[in-house]
Order: sequence, then C-alpha cells, then structure tokens
Amino acid sequence: MMLIDCPECGPRNENEFHYGGQAHVPYPADGGAHCTDEEWAQFLFYRDNPKGPFAERWLHSAGCRRWFNAIRDTATYEFLAIYRVGEPQPKISTTATGVTA
Amino acid sequence: MTSSRLASGGRIDRRRTLDVTFDGVALDAHPGDTLASALLASGVRVTGHSVLLGRPRGIMAAGAEEPTGVVQIEKPFPEPMLTATTVEAIDGLAASSIYGQGRLADMAEWPGGDPHTYDAIHHHCEVVVVGAGPAGLSAALTAGRSGERVLLVDEQAQPGGSLLTRDETDWAADLVRELATLPNVLHLQRTTVTGYYDDNYLIAVQRLTSHDGADQAEDAVRERIWRIRSGRVVLATGAHERPIVFEGNDVPGVMLAESVRVYLQRYGVLAGEQVVLFTTHDDAYRVAGELMAVGAFVLVVDPRLPADQVPDPTPELSTGTVLIGSVVSATETGPDGALTAVQVTLPDGDVLRVPTDLLAVSGGWNPAVHLYSQAGGKLAFDPAVGSFIPAGARQRVIAVGAARGLRTTAEAVADGAAVGGETGLTGNTVVLPPADDLLAEFAPAAPLYLVSPDDSDPTTLTRHFVDVQRDVTVSDVVRATGAGLASVEHVKRYTTAGTAHDQGKTSSVLTTAVVAHVLGVEPGELGTTTYRPPYTPISFAALAGRERGELYDPVRTTGAHGWHVGHGAEFENVGQWKRPWFYPLPGEDMHAAVARECTAARTNVAFMDGSTLGKIDVQGPDAPAFLDMLYTNLMSSLKVGMIRYGVMCGPDGMVIDDGTVFRLSPRRFLVTTTTGNAAKILDWMEEWLQTEWPQLDVWCTSVTEQWATMALVGPRSRALLSAVAPGLATSDEDFPFMAWRDTSVAGLTARVARISFSGELAYEINVAWHDAEALWDAIWQIGAPIGLAPYGTEAMHVLRAEKGYPIIGQDTDGTITPQDLGMSWAVSKKKPDFIGKRSFARADNSRPDRKHLVGLLPEDDTLLLPEGAQIVQLSELPAPPVPMLGHVTSSYRSAVLGRTFALALLKGGRDRIGSRVYVVVDDEPQPVTVTGSVVFDPDGTRRDGDPAVESDPIIAPKLTGALPVSPLAGYCSAFATLSQVPGARVRIAESPLTTQVLLRVNRDSAAAGLVSAALGTDLPTSTGGVTYAGSDAVLALGPDEFLVLAGPGHAGELESRLWEALGDEPGAVTDVSSARTMLRISGRNARRMLSHGLAIDLHRLPESTCAQTLLAQCAVTVFSDGPEWTDDDLLKVLVRSSFAAHLAQWLLLTAPDYV
Repeated sequence: MMLIDCPECGPRNENEFHYGGQAHVPYPADGGAHCTDEEWAQFLFYRDNPKGPFAERWLHSAGCRRWFNAIRDTATYEFLAIYRVGEPQPKISTTATGVTA
Repeated sequence: MTSSRLASGGRIDRRRTLDVTFDGVALDAHPGDTLASALLASGVRVTGHSVLLGRPRGIMAAGAEEPTGVVQIEKPFPEPMLTATTVEAIDGLAASSIYGQGRLADMAEWPGGDPHTYDAIHHHCEVVVVGAGPAGLSAALTAGRSGERVLLVDEQAQPGGSLLTRDETDWAADLVRELATLPNVLHLQRTTVTGYYDDNYLIAVQRLTSHDGADQAEDAVRERIWRIRSGRVVLATGAHERPIVFEGNDVPGVMLAESVRVYLQRYGVLAGEQVVLFTTHDDAYRVAGELMAVGAFVLVVDPRLPADQVPDPTPELSTGTVLIGSVVSATETGPDGALTAVQVTLPDGDVLRVPTDLLAVSGGWNPAVHLYSQAGGKLAFDPAVGSFIPAGARQRVIAVGAARGLRTTAEAVADGAAVGGETGLTGNTVVLPPADDLLAEFAPAAPLYLVSPDDSDPTTLTRHFVDVQRDVTVSDVVRATGAGLASVEHVKRYTTAGTAHDQGKTSSVLTTAVVAHVLGVEPGELGTTTYRPPYTPISFAALAGRERGELYDPVRTTGAHGWHVGHGAEFENVGQWKRPWFYPLPGEDMHAAVARECTAARTNVAFMDGSTLGKIDVQGPDAPAFLDMLYTNLMSSLKVGMIRYGVMCGPDGMVIDDGTVFRLSPRRFLVTTTTGNAAKILDWMEEWLQTEWPQLDVWCTSVTEQWATMALVGPRSRALLSAVAPGLATSDEDFPFMAWRDTSVAGLTARVARISFSGELAYEINVAWHDAEALWDAIWQIGAPIGLAPYGTEAMHVLRAEKGYPIIGQDTDGTITPQDLGMSWAVSKKKPDFIGKRSFARADNSRPDRKHLVGLLPEDDTLLLPEGAQIVQLSELPAPPVPMLGHVTSSYRSAVLGRTFALALLKGGRDRIGSRVYVVVDDEPQPVTVTGSVVFDPDGTRRDGDPAVESDPIIAPKLTGALPVSPLAGYCSAFATLSQVPGARVRIAESPLTTQVLLRVNRDSAAAGLVSAALGTDLPTSTGGVTYAGSDAVLALGPDEFLVLAGPGHAGELESRLWEALGDEPGAVTDVSSARTMLRISGRNARRMLSHGLAIDLHRLPESTCAQTLLAQCAVTVFSDGPEWTDDDLLKVLVRSSFAAHLAQWLLLTAPDYV
C-alpha cells in the first residue's frame, strides 16, 4: 500500500487514488484534425513503459478529486516528485547512489 | 524412553489441568503450554505425515519456524494446518494429526462459516519495533522515552524473547513496566507482523481471544488485523536456528537444539532422555549442560577438531561425552517411524551407532530477515554467521540484535538502545541484563550444512532433506541444477523448496548452501530467494474482518428503498445499488410480474425508481462550450427549460455513456449518466477540465443523491401527474416532450421532466432525496385505485429494448461508435471538434462490415435467445473456426408483441434487415429474422399519449407535503441505545437534514472575496481548513471547493445569498443538503473507534479541520469539531445518503467495544 502525498490533502493510502497513465500527453490543439491516422493512433494508443522514473498522472478520487502529476520509479514504486497540473516537470537525475529529484 | 514432563520448572501453571486432546487422546496440558509442548509432555512423537512422501513427522522447533509439527485443529473451530508450536493450549482444544493436507470447516456443520468476530484497525506511529526480546525492548524503550509514538509488537504470549528460557526475568519485566508508563507507547503481545509493504506499511495479526477460550463469547473479537504506517521500522525479529542436512534428518525425534532448551525451560518438558547433540558451534553447549542438569544423558557430536579451538565444555558439562571431529551421518527409526539411534561418523571414518531418543541439531543461526527482505532490503552472506544478514534498504528500516547476526544478549541490548540514541535525549540508555549466559569468547563455528559421504553421487541422496515440509531432498536439488538452473530463485520454483507455509524459515538458507555445494561455489555468490508475505499464515476470516456478509461491500439504497421493501419488491444488484427488479403479486413468478408491469406501462400507468441514475450539476460561464466538447452533439444551442439526449465518446470514438442534458440557466446544466457510470463520468469531466482545459470556468458537482427520481410512465401518466401537481400545465403545448418544469408535486418541491425511456407518454419527477418516501406514498395513494403499478428494472429493460434504446455497457462493449448504434443523427457535423470526432475519420470506423445494433426476431416466437449467444450465417455449423457475425446483447419476452425478441450487434447488420441469420443456442443454430432495432411503435406515435386511454381526469384530494425523512431515521433508536450509557466514551447520533451548500470558487479569485463577505467569514486558505461564521462552518474540500454547513432549513436562503454575491464572477453554488447526511460521533474513544475504518492519521486531524477520505469503504468527509481525544471530542461525518445505512450498520458493530 503506497503512501501518496497529495498536494492538497497530504499523505494518503494508495487506495484513495486512481492511476491516470503517462503525464504530459496533451490533447492535440485542433483535436487532431491535422494529424495523420498514424499520428492520431500514436496519441490514442501508444504510451511509454520505462523501468525507472516515469512521469504519470494521478487522481485523488476519494479525497479532493484533484488531478496531479508525479514522477515515480516503476521499479521501486518510489515517488520521486509530486507536482500540480500546470507546474513544470521536475528534473530527475540519476546519481551513483540512486535517483534523486 | 521418550519425552516427558518434569516434576518442576517452566512457566506453566501446574495447578490447573486443561482438557486438550490429540487424535482423541487426552494430553498433559496446563495454562502456559502450547499444543506442541503438551504433545511432547505427553510423549507424542509422531504428529503427522508429510505431504509428498507420507513420511512420519514430529515436532522439530518451538516457534513460528516449525516446519513439521503441522496439525489439524478440530475444536473449538476447525482450522487446517496450524503449527502445533504456535497454538496455545486452551480448555476444549481438540487437534488431530494430518496426512499431508488439512481441511476447512465443513460448511454443513458450520453453515454461517467461521462464527467468530474478526476486525481490523489502522495505526500510525513514528517507530514500530517488531520483536520484544532484549534488542526490541531496548529499542522501544529508548525510542519511547523521546516522546515519539512507538508501537512494539511481539508474536509470543509474553515479552522477553530469548530471555524467556532464563530464570532471571526481572530485567525484561522492568523494561516492560517502564514501557507501560509511557502514554506514547503501545505494546502488543501475541501479534505477528506478517507483511512489510511499500512506504513502511506493515500488516500484523493480533490474537486477542483464541488463546484463552474467550472467543466462545459472542461478539468478542478473536483476531485483529493491524494496518500499520510507521515513519521508521526497527526489526528485532531475532534468529531461527539452522538445521543440518544428513540422511534421515526429517524423522520424529530430530529437533533444533535451542528448541529443546525452550521446551525444558519454558514448559518443564524434557524432549528426550538419551540425547545426542549435534552442533557446529559453542552456543549449543549450554543446551547440553541444562539437559544434563535435569538428568538426561548427553553425547555431543561436534565436527570441529582441536585445531579449531573447541572449547572445554566444562564446567557445564560434567558427565557428557564430546565426540570432536565427528558428524551425525544418518538416523535409524523404530516401528512408529520415530528416532531410535543415530550413526556418528568419527574422524577416522568409522561409524559409531548410538541409541538415542532425541537428536538435537544446531547448524548455527539464521537471522530472521524475512521482513527486511519483504521491505525490499538487500541481504548479504556473512561467513561468520554462516547465513544472510541485512545489507541496506531503500525504506527507513533497520535490523537490530540477532536479526542482524549479533550473538550475545549484551550486544543485542546495546544495539537496540542505539535506536533511542538517535533521538538526542541524554541518559537514554538501558542497563544490561545481569550475567549473560553465552560465552564472551568463543571458537568460530564450523560451516557445515550438509553431511554426505565424500564420494557419494548426490543424485542418490534421496533421504537428505533440504526442506522437510515440502519433502525436497538433495537429490531433487541436484535434478534442478542438472537441468541447468543455477539461480536459487529458479531452483526454488523447480523443487518447491521454501514454498511451504513456513516460507522456508529453516530451509531457504540450506537450499542455497546445498545448491552452492553442488555447483562448487560459495553460498554468498548465489544469494538467497526473496522472502514474501505472509511471514506466518493468516486466516481468511481475519483478512475479511468485518467486511463479510452484509458489510462485504457497501450496499447503496435509494430514498424510497423502504417503500420498495414494503411493497414486496425483489431486488437486483446493480453495481453497489439495490434496485427493485420486479414486484411480484402473490402467486406470480418473475415472468408474469414483468409482463403485468410492462402492460401497465403501455396501457395505463406505471412508475419506477430512477434515483440511481447519475446526476451531475455542471455550472459556469464556459459550461456550454465544455459540454459541446464532451458530447458528440450540440448542447450549447439547447434552450433553457429544455432537455436533449446526448452521447459521449472517448477520443477513440467509441461510446462511453449516454444520457440527458437539462439546461437550467444560460450557465447551468444538469447532466444525467447511466447508473453504473455516474462516478466514472464525473471523473471524466474533471480529467478534461483539470488536465486539458484548466482555462475553462466550469464546475461539476455530483447531485445523484440530492435528487430522488421517479419515472411515471404510460398513457394515463399525464392525468395522474395533473392530479398530484395541480399547478402544472401538462398539455403538449404547455409542457412538450423534452421539456422540464419546476413545480410542486404532492406538496413537495419538484422538478418534472418529460422524458421517456419506454416510448410512452412519460414524466420524470425529481424531488429531494429526503422527500422520496413522501412522493412514493402520495403517488401510490392516488394512483393505486386506477391501476397504477410499480415496475422494476426488468420491465424497464423490456420497455426500452422494444424501443431499441441501447444500454451503454450491455448493448455496447467499448468497440461501438454512435454510427454503429444507428445514431449518426446524434453526431454533430458542424462542431469544429468534440471528443471522438477525429477518430470517426479513421478508415476502420467506416468499414461496411462493422457491427451494427439491430433487432432479432426468433422464428420460433417463444424462443428466448440467451444474451451473449453467437450469430452465424448458416443453419449447419461448419467445421471450426466458425465465422462469427456478432452476438445477442439483450433478449426479452415482449408482452405487447406477444413474442420474444432480442437486440444484437451484427456485422453489417443494417444491410441484413429482413434477412435470416442463425443464433447458436445449445450448439443448435436457431433461425432468426433481422429487423431494425425498434421493434415496437417505430413511428413514435405513443410519445404524446394514447387518446383512447387518456380520458377522464383523476380526482385527488389536495396533498400537503409530508415531512422529509433523513436517510438514518431508522437507526435513530439504535444510536440512542448505544449512546445513552452513562459516561459513554463513544456517542453516535444523526444530525438530520442539515443545510449543505457546495460553493465552487477559485481560492484566490475576486469571487472568493465576494462570497467571503456574504458568508461573514474568510474562506479557509488550504484544503482541509475550516472557518466559522457563527454556527455555520465552511469546509475547504479542495482549492476551489467549499462546503458550507448550516442548521436545517437554510439552503434556499444561503444559496441565493451566495448567488447574489457571486454576480457574474465565475463560480458555482449547489444545494447538496439531501445528498449527504451528517453523523455526530463524539466522546473520548471516538477516534479510536473510527480508526477501525479510517486509514488517515487521526492525530493529524486537529479540531477545526476536515478531511475527505474513506470510512468503512464509504467516501466521507470527516469534520473534526471538538478537542481531540477528550470527552468533548466530536467528529462530524458526512456520508452520501445512499451509503448511510451501510455506514450505520458498520458503526453499530464497531462502536459497542468502545462505549
């Protein structure tokens, strides 16, 4: 049971949240009108699946109902950074001792 | 000769004898015994047989690491495969031996399942210490003195750990006494941490009553699951003694040496009289000394030679003999399968046969690193320990004492006390216990794991057991390595070594060592397997806790639920909702009831409860533009007072929901969703608003439980509505189809909509949730004399399917577009964009052979096609693979058509209308005719009523609105009974019908200033904050969401005051007074009681704060409104009206222990 530090409500158990997949995949400005079928398919269906730090979206569904972004290590489940929607994605650097925000 | 009870000694109460039986034979058992000690005291050596080979098994250890003494408990309640070493002896305990596997309770004998009560509790602390031996006690005490919240848990009945085998126990008792004086320390015995998960989340099982027979008492909690979240974790879990592998090392009579000592010192049991002690290290010599002190004969076998500086065992060993440089190489057994002799291989290779009844073995100690490994910690092989020790973890966890390979009590105490040293308190030390009983100076242990002849072929070692519970031998390991497996993780899976319910406590290090031996490498090069939860087995009943039976999953009920029950409804589960399914009259089956209900709706008038439909209040200046993006059709052009049907798709163009949209004002809409999608669609809206279009000023609020909805259907519905709503003009001109009106129905404030989900003239009457019973009573009173019939979900489905109205999720499956449903008319060609639009241009979405929604008429008009049945082209099934054309999605008997019919998704379906296809029923293709999806009244002539039926007005008395009924009115007296105990430490009451108005403004906006002035208080500056204006309170639920609470009856006034203050500024105001009800939970124990269902840290919820979270699986807002942990503590819990009854039942089960 991960402990997730909601920017609004503070640390809460994982089961209060919904996972929202990869962050920073914006809806095309013109709704995709300019996209080729392949580009549109990329937007609809293709997401990264890295081992290690991954920027993803979370919804505090049983709390404040706010969406927020997080960088989480998919190998250790460790949250490396949590930031509000609209805030820039923090830089994560990999050091000799591990990953730091 | 065999094991027996000594005349004195041990920590048992010899004055009392307990009635304990094994295989029907009475045992010598006293309070303080375990089942294992009672078995040994009574001379029982064979306690069962192994799973795979059926070999005799006896008691081998004295604690949770027991690999062989697995028994079946028969009484007081059947439980399979418990370790006899962890079952405390109680009066009436009956156990039996098992041959391999145990068995669960016979459900015929125990129809309700396990009759005991189990529960769970959440706990938060800064430090949790696992293990109350010398290291753990020292750690808990030094940490506790600093004032941090400390939880100390230990699996044994008494604290002390390894000290329990010593006479002198004052030291431990002193520490325990001091711990008890610290209010910030909670100390639990008989509590096993079974799992260590992410972010220092630990699960522990506390055995509350199973050890004293008190679990026979009604409602006494037998076991409790502790869900612990801790800042730091200190593992003082000690070590398990390591066996040695030799031929026949599994037979009854082979025991771990320290366990022999535990039976002697704690239970006064001598496990054997002619003892061979096989040890690779010095510590076990004290076992020999103590056995000899009570008269046993002891022969020590030690593989070390004088060059290894084997200590002179005197003065403890006075009469024993030590065979150095020797090993036990095999065992011999008697007719019962138990040990009779051992073979000792001497330094010169000669084999000495020694008759014996007990072989005590010690290959050293394995630190109990299981929880450390579960935490993600690394393990490293320490040659001095001969085993794996903790070597670094990402989580904040440390191991202390024997758990990290330390050997003496003094070292362990100092190690534990260092935990408190970090707190910076001066003088925070622990005195050492007097006279450690281990040698300070000692010779290194011999690294011995496996005894086998040097020249032996390891594949022949079929009686050298690596895992005695799984019957895994050296030969099996060799077969695995011979198959090319070089990783212990792979060998574990190939052989199953370490996967029995002891989770490899005694076997996993041996497995590594034997694999290393076979591969010719050092154990440290291989590593060990990752340990996984649970550390010890947990019963399913404990895991289920209170969440079983009625409380397994929240049951949501509508405001009119009581009316449905009172009128004989059969209920259907729809998600968590209980919905009336049909209302059978006496003697009617479902088919007859549904046919009657459908006929009433098509020929007269009928009504149903539609309250479960999702309802979302969408407000703000950008609401029209937002809904234009969400729906495929145009919503911004909808006129105030009117309603439009709409379809929502995902970006992939597939239908995700449908419903109706009411325009309430230029900037306010009411959106309805299907019952099952209410929460999903609200989340969907929030996702787009928050993550894609934050610039839009739109706010969405669930009002599903604000409004109770009645569908009034049929040609006479207009007459009936007119009778109960005399102020409402109901002609087609005044109140056309797809319009809504605010009015008064039966004296109740109501919003009436002309919507039809049946094709008939129909209305939806919406009243406050609290007024539902009053509305149902009034409509029934007036309507019953003219033949009004209540109908349920089944009739609703028949009526809508006859009209070809799809149910999203039943007639669609996430691969269906609006065009597939024949709803191109609902897809805007004008809008520049809406979600899904781009995908409609994909080639795949315009294939002619896409599946279309069509109707099917079986040629046998009595044949009811099974939903899900496949559609094929031909009457003869060809050889597989059979080409599938689609499947049946809905299938019913139609009363009005006098035949069966179905809806289906069929490839190219609209082009097949009029043709014949086949539906496979029980492997037989049945001919059906494809039709359009509307099988009844395709021209919609009945929408405005049936002049032939709708004639006479219905005369009704003037109705005055009945009083509102709060969701927990029925629990009032139960709460009062609970709370009226003088000095009650928990009191519960409903605070019914409070005013609740939800205000949406951005915290820092001009609008926030305007509404603050109107409220007479500032808005709280952060989520979770609360401000007060007189007796009104403002709760900050989010950065732009505030709940204003006031006394009953103020909603209208408050709402208009806020609207007025807002003016044209962006914001939203919604009355949600009926959507939730408020519980007042007060008293000194209120928080303790609630922590059974609330996972948040209630120490971090001070007075005048609030939190939205889950309580007993229900979404709640908790408002802390009294001084915490005092008699005046008060927690106001706001729960959605549909969940209120579930929460009330949970409270009534949980609270009595805390009153």
